[in-house]
Amino acid sequence: MAILITEKTRVIVQGMSGRIGQFHAEDMIKHGTNVVGGVTPGKGGSTLLGRPLFNTVREAVEATGAEASLVFVPPPFAADAIMEAADAGIKTAVCVTDGIPSQDMMKVKRFLRRYPADRKMRLVGPNCAGIISPGKGFMGIMPPHIYMPGRVGIVGRSGTLGYEAASQMKALGIGVSTSVGIGGDPINGSSFRDILELFEADPETDAVMMIGEIGGPQEAEAALYARNAMTKPVVAYIAGLSAPKGRKMGHAGAIISAFGESAQEKVEILSAAGITIAPNPSSMGETMARVLSGRRAAA
Amino acid sequence: MDIHEYQAKEILARFGVPVPRGGLAYSPEQAGYRARELGGNAWVVKAQVHSGGRGAAGGVKLCRSEAEVQSFAATLFGKQLVTKQTDANGKGVYRLWVEGASDIARELYLGLVLDRKSERIMIVASAHGGMEIEDLAESDPDSLRRMTVDPAVGLSEYQARELAFQLGLSGGQIAQMVTILRACYRAYRDLDAMMVEINPLVVTGAGDLVALDAKMSFDTNALFRRPEIAELRDRSQEDPRESRAGDLGLAYVGLDGDIGCIINGAGLAMATMDMIKLAGGEPANFLDIGGGASPERVVRAFQTVLADQKVSVILVNIFAGINRCDWVAEGVVQAYREVGMTLPVIVRLAGTNVEEGRRILAASGLPIISADTLADAAEKAVAIRQPLAA
Repeated sequence: MAILITEKTRVIVQGMSGRIGQFHAEDMIKHGTNVVGGVTPGKGGSTLLGRPLFNTVREAVEATGAEASLVFVPPPFAADAIMEAADAGIKTAVCVTDGIPSQDMMKVKRFLRRYPADRKMRLVGPNCAGIISPGKGFMGIMPPHIYMPGRVGIVGRSGTLGYEAASQMKALGIGVSTSVGIGGDPINGSSFRDILELFEADPETDAVMMIGEIGGPQEAEAALYARNAMTKPVVAYIAGLSAPKGRKMGHAGAIISAFGESAQEKVEILSAAGITIAPNPSSMGETMARVLSGRRAAA
Repeated sequence: MDIHEYQAKEILARFGVPVPRGGLAYSPEQAGYRARELGGNAWVVKAQVHSGGRGAAGGVKLCRSEAEVQSFAATLFGKQLVTKQTDANGKGVYRLWVEGASDIARELYLGLVLDRKSERIMIVASAHGGMEIEDLAESDPDSLRRMTVDPAVGLSEYQARELAFQLGLSGGQIAQMVTILRACYRAYRDLDAMMVEINPLVVTGAGDLVALDAKMSFDTNALFRRPEIAELRDRSQEDPRESRAGDLGLAYVGLDGDIGCIINGAGLAMATMDMIKLAGGEPANFLDIGGGASPERVVRAFQTVLADQKVSVILVNIFAGINRCDWVAEGVVQAYREVGMTLPVIVRLAGTNVEEGRRILAASGLPIISADTLADAAEKAVAIRQPLAA
């Protein structure tokens, strides 16, 4: 079943006719993702990659029954595109765009709260690699061949570090149910906690690999949730042990600006919540292997 | 993006925050002239650098004569001011702000930041201003008042009033504080700021509120729609390596070690730095080449890292998704030839087109050391560095 995307999920791509949008839409189709159309204002009525293009998300949803949208729209227009998807009835949107102004994201988050729970769109990203359920489908920019299908969920801020985790696990014969990049921006659609909740409820996920980094309160929030509400084991790695305070490390959100935001403090908070820590970035796979075999032995 | 104190004061004054009268000077003579122009018998001369802690570092002085203004200004111009917030090189002083001295009865703290937890703008205030907020949070945490603002409604008057009373203000000061708070909020919101700080916000002997210092920084992602803010960028205040790298589309942060890093993705870059530390080395920099990097961008990354004289070995770690290992490999080979590389280079490639990338490196005949994993790459970099350092 995985989370957020399966082979059945009907996906549209907003900004599909752009260079990057087209490149990745093609890759998604090649790997079995059920892409049913694209949206580019002004190009409605034409086709691309054998799929119909629409002027608006609403038209696309009406014509194709799309449930999910991948947003490849440049930063000045991305917030608007996300709100358009939410209003058209899309259930899950993934936004890859890097560089959206913070106040635009404040507006988006507030806009999403207008809808009742059963109509509310889930946003993943922005500034993320996307989501993939290996062997079923993906929405994003990741290289799908590095993931092996399996029963461990991955959630992380960083795209490339998520690849690193997936390939370390693959080398040890551990596969992935779904991998979710929540993005490196200070304000994002889904938090670690939001995704942990989905993995906890997913019968096809046995354990979760969580990859955090310096800056922000979301790892601490996730720790609290894992301690109070999760039955599945979580392994975590936090990047940035060597990052100096007050310097922004690439991601707009990766800056230590308050108590509890350094890697060391996050590691302490997560350990205290019973989460197993991968002490360094090359031990993510083996730490997960150890946790899984301990669990099998106990069962 | 940071701006200078005088620019922040000009902006906040436009929104209705009272600031002392002052003038900008580019030379000691001009500083003296500004003092005469302002009148009075005491002036504060303030070095304009993008850093806090200027007072303690000797960048601010109360002067009692025009001659004193001019002679103090002469000691500041062209100087590298080292504060506890800057690195050892400090920041160059090329502009001074001269303002009439204020009569201070009380100092308050006022700051606006983006609160990531509530995803709203948060106002932080304290009845005890004058010191850095970090120190205040440590020495007097109970004095800090915080409130978040609903973006759909904006800062309500009752919220501002509540805060004003909490800070121990009274009488006409309440209305003044409400005006100042609402002005700061509007400036933050309308100009896509990331931070507004007035420290200290003073109560004068006459009982009026005045912003004695001001700091603003802005969301670089929003500069496309704030050309008037983008214009205020002062490159003299930036680390030249970091701003050059930024122009080339690279995220670069200079650090103190000797292992130069070229990596794709901010998370992987931080993780690689962690791995280097664990292996017993020190990274010279953080560098993210970003997505879809062409061979040319890889060459520029090499040039950026090599501009740091401390670098004794280069570690390239690429896990390609949106990137392509073959392009990166071509860039490495090209960089070797173009910059006449003499330092050892360790390359770890994984992901999209990895076989082709490895083939290009092997076929080049260059003495590139290849690594299979993240740990392998870090250990090899540290091992090769040691003989050089000894």
